[in-house]
Amino acid sequence: MTAALVQVEGLVKHFRVERGLFRVGRPRRLVRAVDGVSFAISAGRTLGLVGESGCGKSTVARSTLRLIEPDAGSVAAGPRQLRALRRRMQIVFQDPYGSLNPRMTVRQTLAEPLAIHRLARGAEAERRIAALLEEVGLDPTFANAYPHELSGGQRQRVGIARALSVEPEFVVLDEAVSALDVSVQAQVLNLLTDLQQRRRLTYLFIAHDLAVVKYIADQVAVMYLGRIVEHAPAAALYQAPRHPYTRSLLSAIPVPNPNAARQRIVLPGDVPSPVAPPPGCHFHPRCPHPKKNDLCRVETPRLREVAPAHFAACHFAEEPM
Amino acid sequence: MNAWKWLALAGALAAALLVAGAVRRRALGTAAGRRFLRHPASTPGVFVLAFFVTLALAAPLVAPYDPDWMPGIVELQNRPPSGLHPLGTDVYSRDVWSRLVYGARISLGIGALAMLVAVTLGAAVGAVAGYFRRWVDAALMRFVDVGLALPRIFVLLMVVALWEHVPLAVLVLVIGFTSWFGTSRLVRAEVLSLREREFVAAARALGAGPRRVVFRHVLPNAAAPIIVSAALGIGNVMLLEAGLSFLGLGVPSPAPSWGSMIFDGTEKMAVAPWTSVFPGLAIAVVVMALNGIADGLRDALDPRREGGAA
Amino acid sequence: MTEPLLRVRDLKTYFVTEQGSGTARAVDGVSFEVHPGETLGIVGESGCGKTVTSLSILRLIPEPPGHIRPGSFIEFEGRNLLTLAPKELRAIRGNQIAMVFQEPMTSLNPVFTAGDQIGEAAVVHQGLSRKAARRRAIDMLRLVGIPDPEERVDHYPHQLSGGMRQRVMIAMALICHPKLLIADEPTTALDVTIQAQILELLDRLQADLGMAVMLITHDLGVVAGSADRVIVMYAGQIVEQAPTVELFARPLHPYSEGLMASVPRIDAPPRQRHGRLHTIPGQVPAATAWPPGCRFHPRCPYAWDRCRQEEPPLLDAGTGEPGTHTVRCWLLTEPRRRTPRP
Repeated sequence: MTAALVQVEGLVKHFRVERGLFRVGRPRRLVRAVDGVSFAISAGRTLGLVGESGCGKSTVARSTLRLIEPDAGSVAAGPRQLRALRRRMQIVFQDPYGSLNPRMTVRQTLAEPLAIHRLARGAEAERRIAALLEEVGLDPTFANAYPHELSGGQRQRVGIARALSVEPEFVVLDEAVSALDVSVQAQVLNLLTDLQQRRRLTYLFIAHDLAVVKYIADQVAVMYLGRIVEHAPAAALYQAPRHPYTRSLLSAIPVPNPNAARQRIVLPGDVPSPVAPPPGCHFHPRCPHPKKNDLCRVETPRLREVAPAHFAACHFAEEPM
Repeated sequence: MNAWKWLALAGALAAALLVAGAVRRRALGTAAGRRFLRHPASTPGVFVLAFFVTLALAAPLVAPYDPDWMPGIVELQNRPPSGLHPLGTDVYSRDVWSRLVYGARISLGIGALAMLVAVTLGAAVGAVAGYFRRWVDAALMRFVDVGLALPRIFVLLMVVALWEHVPLAVLVLVIGFTSWFGTSRLVRAEVLSLREREFVAAARALGAGPRRVVFRHVLPNAAAPIIVSAALGIGNVMLLEAGLSFLGLGVPSPAPSWGSMIFDGTEKMAVAPWTSVFPGLAIAVVVMALNGIADGLRDALDPRREGGAA
Repeated sequence: MTEPLLRVRDLKTYFVTEQGSGTARAVDGVSFEVHPGETLGIVGESGCGKTVTSLSILRLIPEPPGHIRPGSFIEFEGRNLLTLAPKELRAIRGNQIAMVFQEPMTSLNPVFTAGDQIGEAAVVHQGLSRKAARRRAIDMLRLVGIPDPEERVDHYPHQLSGGMRQRVMIAMALICHPKLLIADEPTTALDVTIQAQILELLDRLQADLGMAVMLITHDLGVVAGSADRVIVMYAGQIVEQAPTVELFARPLHPYSEGLMASVPRIDAPPRQRHGRLHTIPGQVPAATAWPPGCRFHPRCPYAWDRCRQEEPPLLDAGTGEPGTHTVRCWLLTEPRRRTPRP
């Protein structure tokens, strides 16, 4: 395996909840958005980071790029100087409507990063914008369009072109295909795969849909309430998930096959609030594991290697469900 | 008042109609423009404003007399409207129509300039507070709270009391400096929500600094409420100027502002109502026109109104 | 076959666009039936007209800019909903036909408690007293599986999680025991584990209450698990209609076929490095300018001259009873043209 291009160690980010006007007496509450997350991604590979809303996956993404300053932990990804770092690491967002400035044309959007990093001007910039558009599968005439004149898929392609404009090595894809229609989603996923091959990109692919992640990730990490609960090579995770949360997540995904005889594990209740996560194993109140006992309520399971390169944070990861 | 002056007035009306027509034609070409026109008060508003701006610009052509000329202080004072003096004369026998025309220069000028000062200041403070948040925001907004809490008229009275005759520039600055608080709040709220938008995060991820983010990505998207509040603000400033002048503290005599004209006429209100009523009407009509334009702009610049089928 | 509960014939719902560039033919000649007790899935991507179809049934289309064209016909239990007086229509809305919307965040009124909102329909339609309505609301909350219903009934929407809000929405819809529930993307805004709960709940309630459900979704997995019959929509029209098992086993319209191939599947074999998903080229055309001929022809791998010139009608696939599986595609007349893809 090649050396890690990105290494994140012990990332912690807590947000303070503002006290309301009439709640002066209450203590300030902390949202433990990310609570000690570590991972590494090898050059040219993709780590899929999966979890439900509020699990902290987007905070991990933004802290990795230092769009949010983490409270603790380190991100090792080459240069410490922020602007140089920005060139090496880029992000593509979920919302193809919100992630482009509505008052800038595609050309202006793509020219801006070139200007910031003094990469190209004038005719040279023009040439590079055309090349970028072509690379993401858009006709160069789109340069004059405003975002509202584009479809969701086209906007997402512009967002990808913008990220690529500074020639990054590492791209965070924060739910980059989640808002797209099925047929467009497939187009964009293929585009991302092609770009990775052509430019030897390293991806952190954040998603809530394990089925989508299956098509792009080499490694998969599953998050629950601010922590990684399982981390394994994709094949191992999909074939033999060890954490009961991963198992339920996999079983909950609707399969487009009416004959599929599947046992859907329906988890009881909601994801608890990250302001007051349950003690011990965060997952224990919803856990369907038959071996669940008092230990789970008291002791937080550590992420440990339960099979070669397969990590899970469950006291009973070795046992069948 | 001779034929040339009537012709000039007709010219002013024609020019205003032409402007309103041109605005309509251009607006019809865009979706935002059509939203602007859909508002019933917007086109009349443009026409009225264009008319008064034309009057202000072409005052020497339109006004039949020198606004300060007193042809006969005794025999010609407080004359009712006539062929010679279409809006009558005032207590010093000056021609009300001429003063109204020249007054447009001062009243509209003060309104526009003071609002320019206020909006610039308000946008800057609001953007800084909203973008940097934390203590910067807290400090600036507490200051704004104080500014909003102080009765503005007293602040103005205090400043104005420093001069015997307040220079116009000072009046513009004083009104401008006391009119930006509301705008800053508006802009701050807008910036607070815009800075969470993903395109702002994208710009930061690309290495854009705070200045670029604020000026290229945040403020242009906050332009709509700023423009609307400016259009409404001009009307407010004109009313304020009228109020100050009415108290005798605004534009010094004999320079004709609409406010000071009302003030000049109050004592003879029963005998010669036209001396106060016409400048009062002028203020009311212009403020209403600005409100109409502001309403139209609010519809035009609100992207949520960009209709579309599912 | 039993008498249908809902019969839609040649529904056309058009919108006048703001830009003045013409008319968006969002729903353009849609006909289908819903039978008592069945689940009909309507699938399609954004802009295919599935949501407009569901809103048209209860005449919830904003007018202007939208309007239902004359000639359209929506019959519920023998009554044409399009000609009903507003008062008669209101007696049906929420009472006999109920709706659940996608956004549990914005579909509840933030200033009323869950109990108030659930009970409202019972107060309006059945003349229940406030007290009785509250008791019914508690029963409904229990039915939709909300723990501590006596306590939750007095909670405001912001005190409930997304999944619970969607349960409240369902309780609201079901309080009058409607004969037809229209669920428009009821789980799209929810997390997978919560989606599983809600789908399970809808299945159970349908079995218990014996109502018909129109399930509108973009998710083929959701329809596969819940629907008896499926309608696939594209560009304002029905392009294929079939029993669920048959549609998934043998999608006949090239669009249905392409759509199924492009869904990332959790049950697929492990991916090869840099493996690719099947895609449908191009994108959905604008509703103001549907392509001539077959509306799918610019994206269709099989299209030939006829497809570009002549619009295909819904043709019978010839499996089972006539009319059970219909497809809007000329391939049915010339099956030899369905050559394997390159």
